[in-house]
Amino acid sequence: MNYQLNHLKELEAESIFILREVAAQFENPVLMFSGGKDSILMSYLASKAFYPAKVPFPLLHVDTGHNFPETIEFRDNWVKRIGAKLIVGSVDEAIKTGMVIEEKGVNASRNGLQTAVLLDELEKGKYDAALGGARRDEEKARAKERFFSHRDEFGQWDPKNQRPELWNLFNGKKHFGEHFRIFPISNWTEMDVWMYLAMEKVQLPNLYYAHERDVFERDGVLLADTDYIQKKPGEKIVRKKVRCRTIGDMTCTGVWESEAETIEQIIQEVSTTRMTERGGRTDDKRSETSMEDRKKKGYF
Amino acid sequence: MQNYNKIKMTQQEYENMELLRFTTAGSVDDGKSTLIGRLLYDSKSIFEDQYEQVKKTSERRGEEGVNLALLTDGLKSEREQGITIDVAYRYFSTPKRKFIIGDTPGHIQYTRNMVTGASTANVALVLIDARNGVVEQTRRHAIIASLLQIPHLVVCINKMDLVDFKEEVYEKIKETFSNWASKLDVKDVHFIPMSALTGDNVVERSTNMAWYKGTTLLYYLENVHIGSDHNLIDPRFPVQYVIRPYNDEFHDYRGYSGRVAGGIMKKGDKVTVLPSGFTSTIAKIDTFDGELEEAHAPMSVTVLLEDDIDISRGDMIVRENNQPEVSQDIDVMISWFHERPLQHKGKYTIMHTTREARCVIKKIQYKLDINTLHRIQDDKIIQMNDIARITLRTTVPLFTDPYRRNRITGSVILIDEGTNETVGAGMII
Repeated sequence: MNYQLNHLKELEAESIFILREVAAQFENPVLMFSGGKDSILMSYLASKAFYPAKVPFPLLHVDTGHNFPETIEFRDNWVKRIGAKLIVGSVDEAIKTGMVIEEKGVNASRNGLQTAVLLDELEKGKYDAALGGARRDEEKARAKERFFSHRDEFGQWDPKNQRPELWNLFNGKKHFGEHFRIFPISNWTEMDVWMYLAMEKVQLPNLYYAHERDVFERDGVLLADTDYIQKKPGEKIVRKKVRCRTIGDMTCTGVWESEAETIEQIIQEVSTTRMTERGGRTDDKRSETSMEDRKKKGYF
Repeated sequence: MQNYNKIKMTQQEYENMELLRFTTAGSVDDGKSTLIGRLLYDSKSIFEDQYEQVKKTSERRGEEGVNLALLTDGLKSEREQGITIDVAYRYFSTPKRKFIIGDTPGHIQYTRNMVTGASTANVALVLIDARNGVVEQTRRHAIIASLLQIPHLVVCINKMDLVDFKEEVYEKIKETFSNWASKLDVKDVHFIPMSALTGDNVVERSTNMAWYKGTTLLYYLENVHIGSDHNLIDPRFPVQYVIRPYNDEFHDYRGYSGRVAGGIMKKGDKVTVLPSGFTSTIAKIDTFDGELEEAHAPMSVTVLLEDDIDISRGDMIVRENNQPEVSQDIDVMISWFHERPLQHKGKYTIMHTTREARCVIKKIQYKLDINTLHRIQDDKIIQMNDIARITLRTTVPLFTDPYRRNRITGSVILIDEGTNETVGAGMII
């Protein structure tokens, strides 16, 4: 008998351990759900961790109002399937009430506004732990992130003063008003996520599979045509067969020309690709340290 | 240089891969970042946009060629100071294994990071600059690897290109290290002469060192036997969370979920529950994917017992005839993390497996000189980055094994009750 787990099973065991640890150590956790593959994986692992009971915390989606319609449709079906409760925080609402102010100009994005709405929702729901699907291989600031990441009362991340994490021991202690961000899939790579989703035959939004769409090019990135983005003079709409590698706001999520129509073809494509998956995210391109700066302010 | 053609793998191959965690310790000067950059680059784990960014930065700084060390660059403040402050985790894979690198800074001030990175590693890489041989820092890294019981140690004798790839240099360093390391508690030590800068013996075999008959670093990492790195002898199941569905289908379901911390648990096993001492039999080992006949470390499962006994988080399910030490007086080697020194008679929160208690520091036995392993008896002020042997007493019994026997049931962390910070990590003796 071989007592060595394969690496996907070992990652699964680690993530399930973290998810249970959150349920045990915190009073009021919430799982951040974006509709992307990482948050789908995380919520899928949560349904495994607590089986046959239901996931003991709700899913929170911060809706920028600029989501792909496919994301919203998938979200509603998925939540029903795993039997979880859904809470939606709305950026549209926040703009209406004047809590945040919309960015102007052709590169306007609601990415920054998301953070304010997120922090507001966390405060309103009195959540003491927010589970996120961020991975350490995604970006250099995320490479330094802990599984249990402490946030002060302003939701800020202090990368120089993080709690050491050793063995299987996770310190979730906090003062009143503080909370934790928890990243159960920290050790998964993009490839691991795809392989696991394929192995487990998990359903995914159609956006990940190649489909025909009206797109235009900006700064070397293909963006989906939508009323949410002001086109610059000279930006031409063309129809192409594309797919998303990450799913975020329509205003900042690049699409890729692709022929991959099945998960196996996606895996083939990912295994030979030459670009990092966030290479198509214009929100990361604002400066060399965009992610680090946003994270310090409370972004995921 | 085009190196973007990533390795194509089938799903079958991918599902047969193992996970190996290793830690690297060294300072900027040892070429640690270059070595990691080299592993990532030569194993084709680098994306074009990452490479382009590093190339641009190298050019901007006026460096000759592409500085692969920049691939491991982290936070803004680290780039400004040119040093690594915190543990960074990096990933790459080959068709055989997926690797997680705990990349830790080697400076003495960062002993706590080294300890953190080492706590879960299967393999430790200790870098030596061939020009300098074994120095204080080398010894410190090896001692920490030994204290943290990393099962395999690889001594990377780097920068061989700067000593004309001479065998004598390698042999001399190997001998010096071996003589000194005989007093360490490391089971498996391996030596590799290499140049991370030129790539000799990292992924590709060196043509400059035909005298070396051993393997490359990557070959070693791909093939070292890690199947017995987990304890598979002493069944230990710390209860993490109790699952009670409260619905019609699973009306009387009461499952104890957790991660197997040691040994193999089988359906039908006679077990004892600590601390109550009640005995029962494993009725079922359950998972989302169905029932299992047995479970071993490090699987996450749910255990159901034949009898209805009161069990909660922090309890431990063990075999009747193989039980851990049940004690409130515990001797540990503590690695101290905080600016405020360890307080003799001080009280802390202690976490051990899924169990939490309070403890008082009864006695500081001695401080360890982490460069020589000497016991310092006359200085008992335990400061940040110090390692010391202490005795503590806990409010409730803990169920422990010596750290040497089981890294999970043999480890604790101490938490400051005022600030909630993790201030120390201990290995039970």
